[in-house]
Amino acid sequence: MSLFDWFDNRKKSSPISQVQQEREIADGLWTKCESCGVLAYTKDLRANAMVCPECSHHLRIYSDERIRQLIDPGTWVPMDETLVSCDPLQFKDRKSYSDRLRDYQEKTGLQDAVKTGTGNIEGLRLALGVMDFRFMGGSMGSVVGEKLTRLIEHATENQLPLVIVCASGGARMQEGMLSLMQMAKTSAALERHRDQHLLYIPILTHPTTGGVTASFAMLGDIILAEPKATIGFAGRRVVEQTLREKLPDNFQTAEYLLSHGFIDAVVPRTQLKATLGRLIKLHQPMPNASDVFKGNLGARPATLS
Amino acid sequence: MTATERKPQLLDFEKPLAELETRITQIRQIAEENGVDVSAQIQQLEARAVQLRQEIFSSLTPMQELQLARHPRRPSTLDYIQAISDEWMELHGDRRGGDDPAIVGGVGRLAGQPVMLLGHQKGRDTKDNVVRNFGMASPCGYRKAMRLMDHADRFGMPILTFIDTPAAWAGLEAEEFGQGEAIAYNLREMFRLDVPIICTVIGEGGSGGALGIGIGDRVFMFEHAIYSVAPPEACAAILWRDAQKGPRAADALKITAKDLMQLNLIDEILPEPLGGAHTRPLEAAETLKATLIETLEVLGRLSSKERRELRYQKFRAMGVFTQITA
Repeated sequence: MSLFDWFDNRKKSSPISQVQQEREIADGLWTKCESCGVLAYTKDLRANAMVCPECSHHLRIYSDERIRQLIDPGTWVPMDETLVSCDPLQFKDRKSYSDRLRDYQEKTGLQDAVKTGTGNIEGLRLALGVMDFRFMGGSMGSVVGEKLTRLIEHATENQLPLVIVCASGGARMQEGMLSLMQMAKTSAALERHRDQHLLYIPILTHPTTGGVTASFAMLGDIILAEPKATIGFAGRRVVEQTLREKLPDNFQTAEYLLSHGFIDAVVPRTQLKATLGRLIKLHQPMPNASDVFKGNLGARPATLS
Repeated sequence: MTATERKPQLLDFEKPLAELETRITQIRQIAEENGVDVSAQIQQLEARAVQLRQEIFSSLTPMQELQLARHPRRPSTLDYIQAISDEWMELHGDRRGGDDPAIVGGVGRLAGQPVMLLGHQKGRDTKDNVVRNFGMASPCGYRKAMRLMDHADRFGMPILTFIDTPAAWAGLEAEEFGQGEAIAYNLREMFRLDVPIICTVIGEGGSGGALGIGIGDRVFMFEHAIYSVAPPEACAAILWRDAQKGPRAADALKITAKDLMQLNLIDEILPEPLGGAHTRPLEAAETLKATLIETLEVLGRLSSKERRELRYQKFRAMGVFTQITA
């Protein structure tokens, strides 16, 4: 045994207080910020939209928590919760795709990597899709593509604004070309939504990459992102390999995309709901918006509502 | 053609065939020198060569198909455009500050009908490939393609796209100028266009880089072309943690024309001359031309509204999933 091993072992056999601390973290009472390391009461953290009170780091959150944060209580109506993938290619890498799916379903309680439905934000009805990174890295296969397409079509039929919270590594390779075509399918549905002059706002969260970036994530009328989220088409490592050089630290961050003109705003999670509410209201048809302007200013007539 | 005069580039699986052909030549030479009549034997050997060729090319593995799809002599977009069009003029630039040589396009005439022809362009040799970036397009390439397709839509010209790219370019500038946005935009806008669109995968259909000009009323694939969600080598590196497992990934990903036909993701497989399109490029071009003309005629009978609806439904139906009973 070398001296280093001995040091390593010493670290592993940690003092009781740390064991206790870890147990409480496991219990979910405390949450450790992965950025600055500070321990925060999970309850406080939740009240702060899972944003670290010390360093403003946005801890990763998942679909249920996101819906809780955005949607007015009691207004969420989920859609297509029973759609599941059926391993059309009988794909097997180091593990079969069927087994992988089952494991993720058991582990996460989700059927696949997106939740869709309708709900209210500050009293305004909208269609919302939330990708869930826990489920196979939020990858898009047939189920994600189908659920999002149905959601977009529902929004078009019912003249609803649409919000999709993106978090994905890209296309799901285990479904081969069927995955790639989901990019086309969702984009097609968005074309029809757009054709009806309806508002679509994607929210890019950490990480949004690959086929999702090259389809619905970048097709918003207005695009918002969370601070420091990684957003890009090719993965950072792939780009580094192609170029054989180190990339700037801020490469592919939300802030980088903002300065390059690809998104409209970086919005802290604590302000996301209010920002969405404001934007949706600004784009609503208002027949009697003002007593000052009587003429036709090009505003779209209110067909519904 | 000068290409046929050069020494053909052999793929591994073609070697037994090449050996047999060399033997036939040798025997013929020896026979001639010695004045012996061996025509019967030669005929037999030649028949065997044809049979062997058929055997080899009818049972290619996906990795071998990939090798054929990437064959350096495989006809490129410009080869096909020149072969099938009555006339054509290349147009340049995305009107946003760039002109990507990895995507070419222009106006031309197919059997008298004005059309827009565009596609990925790989290089013919190393020097050319440096200019063409091996057919890996940048955002300005996709934006050029879109500009040309909008032009076609305005002037009522059908759009013919040719897909042949390993992938969209993954470089610093590509990210900086919005590779994701450029592809996404094309995906959406191609559903808006009124004119008929026919896409043909002529070689390598690499992921989003291919799909960026791949939304059509019809999508065709040449017999030995491939179309993949990710390069098999990259997929192997991620899923198997071993880039050497490329052949297994190529198998699992279902990338051949036959696979895609079975999955209902393409409309038709265009047959290639035995041995691949590069052995007789003009014959492959004839097949392409005939199919395009025939298909344009069919699509021309529909109204633009019908075409758009059918285009939507075609891609809408893609995907396989099931429903659990709650």
